[in-house]
Amino acid sequence: MLDLYLDVRSGVSVYMQIVHQVERAVRCGLLTPGDRLPAAREVVAALAINPNTVLKAYAELESGGWVTSRAGVGTFVAETAPRAVAADVHDRLVRSLRDWLSEARREGLDQGAIEALFTLTVEATAKERVA
Amino acid sequence: MAIALEASGLGKRYGSTWAVRDLCISIPAGRVVALVGPNGAGKTTFLQLAIGLLTPDTGDPQVFGWSPRDNPTLVLARVGFLAQERPLYMGFTVAETLRMGRELNPKWDLALAEARMRRLEIPLNRRVGKLSGGQQAQVALALALGKRPELLLLDEPVANLDPLARRQFLAELMESVAAEGLTVVLSSHLIADLERLADHLVILAGGRLQVAGDLEPLLEDHRWLVGPTEEIGRVGGTVVQAGTGERQCRMLVRGPAVPRGWTAAPVTLEDLVLAYLGNPDVSALAQPEAVPA
Repeated sequence: MLDLYLDVRSGVSVYMQIVHQVERAVRCGLLTPGDRLPAAREVVAALAINPNTVLKAYAELESGGWVTSRAGVGTFVAETAPRAVAADVHDRLVRSLRDWLSEARREGLDQGAIEALFTLTVEATAKERVA
Repeated sequence: MAIALEASGLGKRYGSTWAVRDLCISIPAGRVVALVGPNGAGKTTFLQLAIGLLTPDTGDPQVFGWSPRDNPTLVLARVGFLAQERPLYMGFTVAETLRMGRELNPKWDLALAEARMRRLEIPLNRRVGKLSGGQQAQVALALALGKRPELLLLDEPVANLDPLARRQFLAELMESVAAEGLTVVLSSHLIADLERLADHLVILAGGRLQVAGDLEPLLEDHRWLVGPTEEIGRVGGTVVQAGTGERQCRMLVRGPAVPRGWTAAPVTLEDLVLAYLGNPDVSALAQPEAVPA
């Protein structure tokens, strides 16, 4: 079962944090189709948050095709949810990213410079794909 | 949608001072309402008017359509109230306290209240005076919830609890909201708690209503704007708070489009509350309220 948590300092609304955590868990294979999400009442008891917030997050996940809810049974990761990256592909990508990071550090880039370069490149390639 | 609590022109005066004045409010059923305001803003008076502990000088609040003055039994059966000073007899045991609840309330659910105490590991045979502050708060909450209210009013319920007891109290409260679908109005100064709990915001200032509405539209409607001070005239909407430097200014505003060349950032509940508390003359109500002479 997924353990949801909250970062109240993040400035991200509580319901968006839940949405992001579930999406991330599905993307990295922690949750797979058919897995049950914690019941709204369990999340409420664990995090002391408004139940409407949990219901809203689950509704948002459902409209995005990530989960389906079955009345009286629970909310489950949907068959239509994006598949997690296969383990070998995941490992290969992490390896090449590590190589790239050590090269960047050797060249004297600090954390901020690395993040800026990464973000800029992601944005630039996203634009190229659209164009 | 059903309205849990409604008032129009509600006022209460102590001598020549209005504790609550010309309050027009409508709280939909099922909401968790954060009631915020500086000390002396009228929060406690407002809650006591809503349940009929005080008689208004003007206006007449309605709880699920019933007036506490004309139909006190109907209102009291539907409303739970947890006062700042917890109404507990220190010499009673927990079990006796819960039995007292049964004597006072026709719809009382003794099994539910006792099960809640067991789950929280509060011994039924212990005297209330021997319990920790957090446990006493839980007993008081069980007493307020045991009558199965549709509307629960809480006046600073966690003000003197340690962080863990506070979290447990609020989790217990939210579980009841999930299970029973009750409406909650919670006055508190602890904004970080309210951030997790509330979906409706009411700010009182000097006995008047300053802000009222569902939280999400309120947050979407407000933003931080940062831009050159010399272009301050281009900012429209309502300026709630402004910090003006020589070159650059930063403002919390309601409603306007972002002028070209300015940056906008979202506001949090804490930003919103602090901005309005710091500027009690600015209000965010649907329509400006008429001020009686």
